[in-house]
Amino acid sequence: MSAQNGGPLLKAEHVVKYFPIKRGILIQREIAQVHAVDDVSLEVRRGETLGLVGESGCGKSTLGRCFVRLYPLTSGHVVFDGQDISNLSRRAMRPLRRELQIVFQDPYASLNPRKRVGSIVGAPLAIHDMGDRRERKRQVQELLEKVGLSPEHYNRYPHEFSGGQRQRIGVARALALRPKLVIADEPVSALDVSIQAQVINLLADLQQDFDLTYVFIAHDLGVVRHVSDRIAVMYLGKIFEISPAEELYRRPIMPYTEALLSAVPIPDPRESAARERIVLEGDVPSPINPPSGCRFHPRCRYATDVCRQIEPPLVDYGNGHLAACHHPLNVDKETLARASVDERRTPEAADESAKPSEPATN
Amino acid sequence: MAAFIIRRLLWMLVVLFAITVLVFLIFFATPGVDPARQMAGRNPSAATIRSIKHEFGLDRSLPVRYGLMMKHMFISRDLISYGSHTRVIPEVVSATPVTLSLVFGAAVIWIVFSILTGVAAAVLRGTIFDPFLMILALIGISVPVFWLGEVVNLVTQSRLHDSFLFSWVPPLGYTPLTQDPFMWFKQLFFPWLTLSVLYIGFYARVLRANLIETDSEDYIRTARAKGLSERRVLFRHTLRTSMITFVSLFGLDFAVLVGGGALLTEVVFGLPGVGLLTYNSLTSLDLPVIMTTVVYAAFFITLASALVDLVYAWLDPRVRLA
Amino acid sequence: MAEPLLSVKDLKVSFRTEDGLVRAVDGISFTVDEGEVVGIVGESGSGKSVTMMSVMRLITDPNVIYEGEIVYKGRNLMGLSQDAMREVRGEEIAMIFQDPMTSLNPVYTIGWQIEEQLNEHNDLKKGQARRRAIDLLAQVGIPRPEQRIDDHPHQFSGGMRQRVMIALALSCNPDLLIADEPTTALDVTIQAQILELIKNLKRDFGSAVVLITHDLGVVADIADRILVMYAGRIVEEGNKEQIFYDPQHPYTWGLLGSIARLDRPKRRRLTTIAGQPPSLINRPRGCSFRPRCPQAFDRCSVEDPALTAKVGDGHLDACHLSVEDKRARRDATIRPELAESA
Repeated sequence: MSAQNGGPLLKAEHVVKYFPIKRGILIQREIAQVHAVDDVSLEVRRGETLGLVGESGCGKSTLGRCFVRLYPLTSGHVVFDGQDISNLSRRAMRPLRRELQIVFQDPYASLNPRKRVGSIVGAPLAIHDMGDRRERKRQVQELLEKVGLSPEHYNRYPHEFSGGQRQRIGVARALALRPKLVIADEPVSALDVSIQAQVINLLADLQQDFDLTYVFIAHDLGVVRHVSDRIAVMYLGKIFEISPAEELYRRPIMPYTEALLSAVPIPDPRESAARERIVLEGDVPSPINPPSGCRFHPRCRYATDVCRQIEPPLVDYGNGHLAACHHPLNVDKETLARASVDERRTPEAADESAKPSEPATN
Repeated sequence: MAAFIIRRLLWMLVVLFAITVLVFLIFFATPGVDPARQMAGRNPSAATIRSIKHEFGLDRSLPVRYGLMMKHMFISRDLISYGSHTRVIPEVVSATPVTLSLVFGAAVIWIVFSILTGVAAAVLRGTIFDPFLMILALIGISVPVFWLGEVVNLVTQSRLHDSFLFSWVPPLGYTPLTQDPFMWFKQLFFPWLTLSVLYIGFYARVLRANLIETDSEDYIRTARAKGLSERRVLFRHTLRTSMITFVSLFGLDFAVLVGGGALLTEVVFGLPGVGLLTYNSLTSLDLPVIMTTVVYAAFFITLASALVDLVYAWLDPRVRLA
Repeated sequence: MAEPLLSVKDLKVSFRTEDGLVRAVDGISFTVDEGEVVGIVGESGSGKSVTMMSVMRLITDPNVIYEGEIVYKGRNLMGLSQDAMREVRGEEIAMIFQDPMTSLNPVYTIGWQIEEQLNEHNDLKKGQARRRAIDLLAQVGIPRPEQRIDDHPHQFSGGMRQRVMIALALSCNPDLLIADEPTTALDVTIQAQILELIKNLKRDFGSAVVLITHDLGVVADIADRILVMYAGRIVEEGNKEQIFYDPQHPYTWGLLGSIARLDRPKRRRLTTIAGQPPSLINRPRGCSFRPRCPQAFDRCSVEDPALTAKVGDGHLDACHLSVEDKRARRDATIRPELAESA
């Protein structure tokens, strides 16, 4: 797969994933839908790490699973390496499975407790008929070493390992087939901070060694900023801001991003006491019936009438920084005048004339 | 709620239809089964068999025969037994109170004693009493009910009948509650005990395992952290949530027994209940009776599973009826 | 100084197992003053939860062995009868736990569960308990408490359930609130809400708080004093300023370095603590942290360092390095990740 080497490795175009809620006496009728992912368009570039952040229930995990086709899409397209995979059959999907792998959050639940480490890590190799028994064993042991375990662990069971070590096993399994893209779904959320650091460093090393592209899903902006080249912020099934990592951290445009950043604890008592903290009120609203207009407006401290009525389009503020907000932060008048609505990535439902006119004042 | 009831009623119809068709097919597809020959007595002439076949509609096609049988069972309610040539429905109706008496009494005993044993074993975990109680329970599960029944009969009816202990035990049989409540009780006392032994053992073990599992739940730790007494933690928290499994098992076991599952107990103690009826009809391949008792059992079991779901939703508010 | 509210003296908690005696807590001493917020920080298995569960006497494992004293308001809790202990639990010392999803009984309404606690410790009339429960729910920030009081736990989100747990804990105005990883299972935004709530409650109710966490970032804002635990022992103890601006123990450096910080320029790599915590059955000879410590030298494998004050008032650490050595090495290794010293 060659010709498109310049293009993005993965492209999501207006991806929608609704989960139906069914009720009924004999025949189940669909009475509502969970809007898990609602018209998301983004690109993952070759060799980069794209961070996907948001609170529980914002659809970031669902989106990650749509990327590797663990779920069928409700509508939209996912293009991987130039090939539209959104409607591929199981059989046609199979060779692509080698190139798309996923690492799960819970290192305790995602490994079969009755299987030895050797067969867990070797299973993808066996399924895809790669090498004979001995060759596979050699490969698995090599992988175990790469992820910081020892080849002697080949015959052990998952319960003999700590959480961090199990996550290494999960990583080894994902890498067994030399994938191009790895979706890391909250890979460190269940681990101690000290162990998180080990796993994060490991993922960074492997990215270099194996030439990997990551989509890194997490709710902790501190971790995401550390690993990511670009970050996409999700809320209630939509992308609200997407930006190079450092830029997002220095200059959040969307108030939700600002609040997320301010919620990350800082291990410095004086700075922690000095900084302004924006504590978001309440919980994320139900994705069954998302709020009108801008979905963030019920929790936003800048919200006005326009936010309640009109869904903001994704506006390109230059330098690859896009945000969907009627009252953008950290933007001066000139930048705003230069900014343009990104039509390609704007949800079809959004009102494209609704480019923000005034920066937020506060 | 209404949707739940409607759905369960429809479901019951589907089950009844499927099970009657299945029984019907098994019966007529079994080689060597010819009810007409059976009814005709010894060395029947071909003409007799033909006339019997005609009389009972056995010379019609299978679907028609099935339809006729259902019509006789549900609409005209005058289904005739192949064996005794009597009407089946009144027979089942008169057998029902016997079975209900037996199963209700046994259920009360088994609920009380299994909860006592299960709770005691869980509370006394780590002492010698826990394994002792559990071995006792295991013995209860392993003892075959027909053997236990015969031994009980042997002791109370014959060997020790003349001693002061068992001289009150009346002869085997059944007296309706309405006729002589005291006699009803006396005659059923040992059948109740015999039938409940297995269930006491089984339920005690299930409950103990559940109690111990629940005890390690986070919310039990919370209950202790609240400063509640161990007794309150046990009865209001641990036991309450452990009863969820207990209740769902109970509903189905109870229904199976009411539906004729207490067959062995009824046979051993000579109680003319539905189990005995089923037993006799099976030995004589009496399809109308078999069919009626099967329908009767299926009815109770689907009814009980609906009730279990209701109780379950009440016990565990996370469950929504749908 | 007045008598401390809680004083733990040489507490040892071990568990008999098939493989040998697991020394989960191995001789620790500390105090908590009235109205003080103490953070206990360490990795999984460092003994931080076991310590505070022992204070509540909540460990039900029959194979547990306690040694030492836990003195609360002049009484040794270890010597109390079960009934006397129940009076302390919930009424004077309350505890909230890590996982709010499983810490409430799923079959009762939250009102029932709060009222049960109130009735256990107070003599209340029927309506009183309910009114008090509604007040408590309002205090911990649950909207529409009059209606929500009759809801079951599964009808609440994780953050809301943790609020209910806090309402439960506060129902008898305890003097000490133990919070065991109260925000670990929650989103960062919800974590910020809950920490804010605990901070305000401390201000409004004046109760002392012990906050257990594996993340030093969580206690930076809220704790007055911090204990760092490793393998069942305290390896460093000091006030917030001391721990964050002048950490002495290499393990504390490791914990600080592991955090991906938003307030510092992005580093290429995070500083990690290599390896795994040691087995609590066969403790390595000498310093328990030695096998993972990049600064270890000969003495560390022979002699177990004692927890002593070397740099200043109330700042204790268990490390053989001299103070000058430590500061020099610390500045050479993780300088950029540390906060500016005063």
